[in-house]
Formats: sequence, C-alpha cells, structure tokens
Amino acid sequence: MSITQDEITAEIEAVEADAASLVAAGGSPELHPRRDYAPYRSTRLRHPTHELVRADPEEIERVSPAFGHSDVNPLESDLTIQHSGEPIGERMTVTGRVLDGDGRPVRGQLIEVWQANSAGRYVHKGDQHPAPLDPNFSGVGRAITGDNGEYRFTTIKPGPYPWRNHLNAWRPAHIHFSLFGTAFTQRLITQMYFPADPLFALDPIYQSIADPAARARLIGTYDHSESVSEFSLGYRWDIVLTGPRATWMEGEEAHD
Amino acid sequence: MTEERLTQTPSQTIGPFFGFALPIERGSEIVPGHREGAIRLHGTVTDGAGAPIVDAILEAWQLDETGTVSQQRGALARDGYGFTGFGRTSTDLAGHYTFTTLKPGAAGRSAPYVLITVFARGLTHHLFTRAYFPEDAEAHANDKILAAAGQRASTLVSVADGRSSYRFDIRLQGEGETVFLDFDA
Ligand SMILES: [Fe+2]
Repeated sequence: MSITQDEITAEIEAVEADAASLVAAGGSPELHPRRDYAPYRSTRLRHPTHELVRADPEEIERVSPAFGHSDVNPLESDLTIQHSGEPIGERMTVTGRVLDGDGRPVRGQLIEVWQANSAGRYVHKGDQHPAPLDPNFSGVGRAITGDNGEYRFTTIKPGPYPWRNHLNAWRPAHIHFSLFGTAFTQRLITQMYFPADPLFALDPIYQSIADPAARARLIGTYDHSESVSEFSLGYRWDIVLTGPRATWMEGEEAHD
Repeated sequence: MTEERLTQTPSQTIGPFFGFALPIERGSEIVPGHREGAIRLHGTVTDGAGAPIVDAILEAWQLDETGTVSQQRGALARDGYGFTGFGRTSTDLAGHYTFTTLKPGAAGRSAPYVLITVFARGLTHHLFTRAYFPEDAEAHANDKILAAAGQRASTLVSVADGRSSYRFDIRLQGEGETVFLDFDA
C-alpha cells in the first residue's frame, strides 16, 4: 500500500473540479456521491458500468414496510445505558427531524444508527484498529420517528479511525444512519459528521459527494438548546428523503 | 404541494462495519421455509472481477401472494405466521444470500417481482434491482422495465434451480452486469 494522501487528495480535487465545471456548463449539482469514485478504492470493482435504467415505481415501491413501536424498544435510542456502566467519551444528544421533499414529516419510520466508540473502535470482529473496546459501549441504536418526524439519540461522540484505503487514511468522526421513508424508493443509508472536522478534506468517503453544498448537508450543527446542563452536548441534524410520493399511506396508524 | 422542495440528504457507503448493527434475527425469512407455498430466492453477489462480495447486505421488499401490499405492522419481527413483505440478509463468505418468501402476485403494469436493494462497502449509494420469475414469460412481454432493459433484461429474471427455488445472481459490474434501477423522478 503505497498510495499517499497527497495522491488521493489530488484525485479528490480533480473530481470536484470536474463536477464544478459541469455545473458551470449548466448542469445540476450532484446530490449524491459518484458510484465510480476512484479516490475511494473499493468502488473500482463495485460500481455498475451501465447507466441505471429509469423506472416508474409500482405500488410496492411507493410504500415502505410498516415498522412500528412493537419493533423497537424506546430504550434502544439511548446508547449509553446498554451496559452496567457508563461508556467513556463525550456524552451527547443527536436529534433532528426526518422530512420528505415537501417538508412533511416522515412519521413512524425506522431509524438505525451504528458508530465507533470514543477511541474509534467498532464492536465488529473485522475491525483491526488497535484501539480499546469499551465494555460499556456497543454503538448500536434504533428508534421510530415521532409524529413530527423527530428522532433523538443519546450516545457518546465517536472517535476518528484509520482505514486502509491509502497510507495514513483516517475517517472523520461519524455516525452511520439507516433510514426508511414513506416510499421504499426513499431508502437511505448515510453518515452524519461533526462540525469543523480537520479530516473532511482528506476523506474520500465524505468527498465522494463532489458538490460542496451537498456534502455539507451531512454535517450536524452544534445546538446549545439541546445541551443539558452538567450532562451532555447537543447536536441537530435534519434528514430529507425525497423520491416519488406515496399514494398509499398511514392506513394502520390508529393501530399503533 | 409547495413550490419549494427540500434538497435530498446525500447517500454514503454502508461501509464494512454494519454486521453488529443491521442484521435482524431470521431476517432472511420473509416466511419460514416450511410454510406452504414458500419459495427460496437466492444467489451470489459478485464484483467486476467475478469475486464474491462477502460484505454485502440485501433487502427484499414485495407484495403478498395476492398482489397486495401487506399492512401488517412489525416488519422486523418474525412470528412465523405473518407476512410483512420485508426481508434483510447478509451475504456469507461465498458471497451467497438466501431469502425464503412467498412468490408475490402481480399488480399494476408489472409482472411479479421482488424488489432487491444491495448495500456494501464500495457502493457509495445502494443499488435497486428487481428479481422476476422465469415462468411469467407472458407477463414479461408487457413489462415496462424489462422492455427498458432491452438486451440485458435477462439479468432481471431469476432461474428456476429446483423445486420452489429460484436463483438470482447479482453482478455489480462487467460481464452479465445486472440491470440496476433509478426511481428518482
Ligand atoms: Fe464508520
């Protein structure tokens, strides 16, 4: 593994310049990452080479699985109480709303999160980072969105961690989020980041979204009104899921 | 409907470390394999070099046998009786996945199919595809997506490989590359 950060950074900058020139020529900004994104080496053999086939969603694709409160225990949104002791790290609340493209709340849907501990280590047997596991932190949470699309997790701030994309590659601190919208076409897995991380410019996963304004949507904001005196810091991050609208919805809401 | 649309939150790769978080107990059993009418839908996920992808997670989402959307709550639970139409499973060390389910009925303009969503390290954005069934050739002739897929439509049709068993291999890249779908309006 001899690829240097400078080589990766140069590749990142070249793609961003290419994306900017497309916008300057009248194209729309790229809202999602490029699937074929050379600086993130694992995309090389895993991106389709054919263009995706445009499809009108059928009924099944315009609705989502009916998750409910029976699927998720409310305690699962607190990642700091899953063991007998307190996890080590900066305790925080991450809260926000899940909305559709019209600004309507995505209600009663499943959010799953997973993250490294404060030392940057995952509870995953494939994680070889020689940082300590925390016996009081698993880093897994789930919640069902409320009537206003709101969610709230209590956790600790994850640490940055190294990976093997290139020499001295480090991921900025992040929390993985998995979301379901009102339609399956809105399905989204993404990552939330923290303000002013010095690793942003160097990270080919964050930078795989070539448009600077688009990738900045992944950064939560510090929200002092969500900080709790002598207890935790607050971060706010809203999520927008767009795509074709559901025509069938909320049929069983009263049952839950 | 308002004029101003909010802008989509971008996707990011699922990465390699979801195995302790996303798998659900018996997530591959949309119905238990012993249930009457159960079918097996399975295959291998491979990359552009033909190598198995051992760290993918797949979701299945489908109509019930009568072609109706299940409105049963509790899509993460597996009580052995209900049918929610949702499944989730990881590939194994050979890149292989299996769902047990019911064959969906037809609805709308499409022939019967199971929507399959693929997530993996190295996919910056998930991929949608549809697994159709080989015995529905007549309905396939009128299916818009199969028509739009043209010469590559065969990658969307599973192969019968035993009693109540269908093989649906997913090739992310290269020879026989699976057709993936873009639903964005
Ligand atoms: Fe991560």
